[in-house]
Amino acid sequence: MLSGHGLFGEEHDAFRRTVRAVVQKELRPFAREWEERQEFPRALFTRFGELGFLGLKYPEEYGGSNAGELYEAVLLEELARCGSGGVSAGLGAQFTIATAPLHRYGTDAQKRRWLVPAIRGERIGALGVTEPDAGSDVAGLRTTARRDGDHYVVNGSKLYITNGVRADFVVLAVKSDPGAGHSGLSMLVVERGTPGFGVSRRLEKLGWRASDTAELHLEDCRVPVANLLGREGEGFAQIMGNFQWERLSLALGALGAADELLETSLQYVKDRHAFGKPLAAFQVLRHRLAEMATDLECARQLTYHALRLHVGGEYAIAQTSMAKKVATEMCCRMADQALQLHGGAGYMMELDIQRHWRDARLGPIGGGTSEIMNEIIAKQLGI
Amino acid sequence: MKILVTAKRVEDAESKIRVNPQGTGIVPEGLKYKINPFDEIAVEEGLRLVAKHGGEVVVVSIGGKEVQEQLRHALAMGAHKAVWVNHAGALDQLAIAALLAKVVEAEKPDLAILGKQSIDDDQNQVGQYLAEFLGWGQATFASKVESLESDAEKGKHPGVMLSADGKAVVVVREVDNGLATVECQMPAVVTTDLRLNLPRYASLPGIMKAKSKPIQELTPAGLGVDVTPKVVIQKMVPPPARKAGIKVPDVATLVDKLKNEAKVV
Repeated sequence: MLSGHGLFGEEHDAFRRTVRAVVQKELRPFAREWEERQEFPRALFTRFGELGFLGLKYPEEYGGSNAGELYEAVLLEELARCGSGGVSAGLGAQFTIATAPLHRYGTDAQKRRWLVPAIRGERIGALGVTEPDAGSDVAGLRTTARRDGDHYVVNGSKLYITNGVRADFVVLAVKSDPGAGHSGLSMLVVERGTPGFGVSRRLEKLGWRASDTAELHLEDCRVPVANLLGREGEGFAQIMGNFQWERLSLALGALGAADELLETSLQYVKDRHAFGKPLAAFQVLRHRLAEMATDLECARQLTYHALRLHVGGEYAIAQTSMAKKVATEMCCRMADQALQLHGGAGYMMELDIQRHWRDARLGPIGGGTSEIMNEIIAKQLGI
Repeated sequence: MKILVTAKRVEDAESKIRVNPQGTGIVPEGLKYKINPFDEIAVEEGLRLVAKHGGEVVVVSIGGKEVQEQLRHALAMGAHKAVWVNHAGALDQLAIAALLAKVVEAEKPDLAILGKQSIDDDQNQVGQYLAEFLGWGQATFASKVESLESDAEKGKHPGVMLSADGKAVVVVREVDNGLATVECQMPAVVTTDLRLNLPRYASLPGIMKAKSKPIQELTPAGLGVDVTPKVVIQKMVPPPARKAGIKVPDVATLVDKLKNEAKVV
């Protein structure tokens, strides 16, 4: 049940059908297996590269299709239907957060070195901001980069890094001037295999289990100055620059997953009989589904509103934060209600609902918690 | 070479199909539609042949304005132009074949490739009628020697080939006891089976390009075809619901039941 929102045109709908077919044929049938293995095949990155999904918003000269963020929004919504938050997170991280700073702030040479192979899916990227002692409080990051001739000497560690275990490069937030706060931050690209850079451990998670999430360590790691994105001290603005899209991407993923859950629930109440009639004939359940659909529609309209402002070039920080919070929290409620509607079956590992229920819980945490979103909104209110 | 392919709009196999209470047809509410999967294979095969031999693929669909969605899909896959026969009412297989024959006469393709049947009514008649109307040879149920997981398929090799002199088409057909290879002088009609190829997705650049590709509109009256149905559906009934099976305690009981109740051994 898609409502008239005037945001997507015929070509977006056609692209949505293509993504849906890919998800249905190439992802969904394997979601369970990959979740159990806690890894999806690396070949999925190259497959997505082949399909052109990793470069939708990037220029053609670097292998992208320059189609714009609305197409990526379609991709994010549909990808979330694959039944594995880990698969959509791992693939999504590549184009929503890892490559975006390269596109925005990289030189031509840097783009050719990292962006081009990442768009083809031949190199996996990760974004490294969060640390054991600082996340959304980026001014408090402790990983340092001390200039030494043509290199930076980097020391510190990074936590909860999506794709971190098998990343070929990590776009790292570092303190190039440890004495300064916001103005002391810079972004450096560190390649796998650089001496002093390594994976401390692969983290065990409640959900998103098919994606790899790492703790990384850097010890006297010498990174060429040529790997600096933009200029020294611009890191804070660079990190903030992509937060809007990261948060919209999480909201869009929540919409896709919630829509899938609603469809599953609707089918179930039609098929399942109790006391001689289908569940859909019980008013209490009819109304619950009506409320679930309304909950989703509210989140959809707010998210699409923020998306419309964003693609129109506005820095819609309040609306984006609101959408991120509302949509991800809605998805948790949707998964919980869907689980309840399915009764005992909903609690079983053999249905996808339990996975959605676990995966959805990350939404109000990742990319800035709901509490951080509220802080941002409060600031926009002038308090 | 020029290849004409078809793109019928059919109910998505994932939709739940219900017969209406009057038994006059199916309930249209809540249905999703897509290109007939057999036709999608025909489009793919046409595209592979012109990729190898040069030329163009013309896609045809018959129906109301909604069939433009399936034409756009075929154009987004790579077909070069589309012909839309605008007709909203019911059509029988003879009328469809007669309309296609007129389009073929106008377009003059070397090959007409059609799905062997469409997944809505599963009639499997139009390709054969079309060949008859045109007086062309036909090679139905085109399949492939290699499996769909083979390197040949990954390399997008066509399963339908041209003879060495380029004047005939060589088709591997799926028949009851295996595969038969036939050669057919062109122009010819080929109908496609499921194991001929794996159709490509409509890529984003393809979707963008499809926007500016032409769709030519025709009508049955303009083509001079009387489409009054000769075959009329009198009544439609859903298949009887399957009865639950039984579990037998041992092999002896099973053999006894097969022998004395089912009387099959």
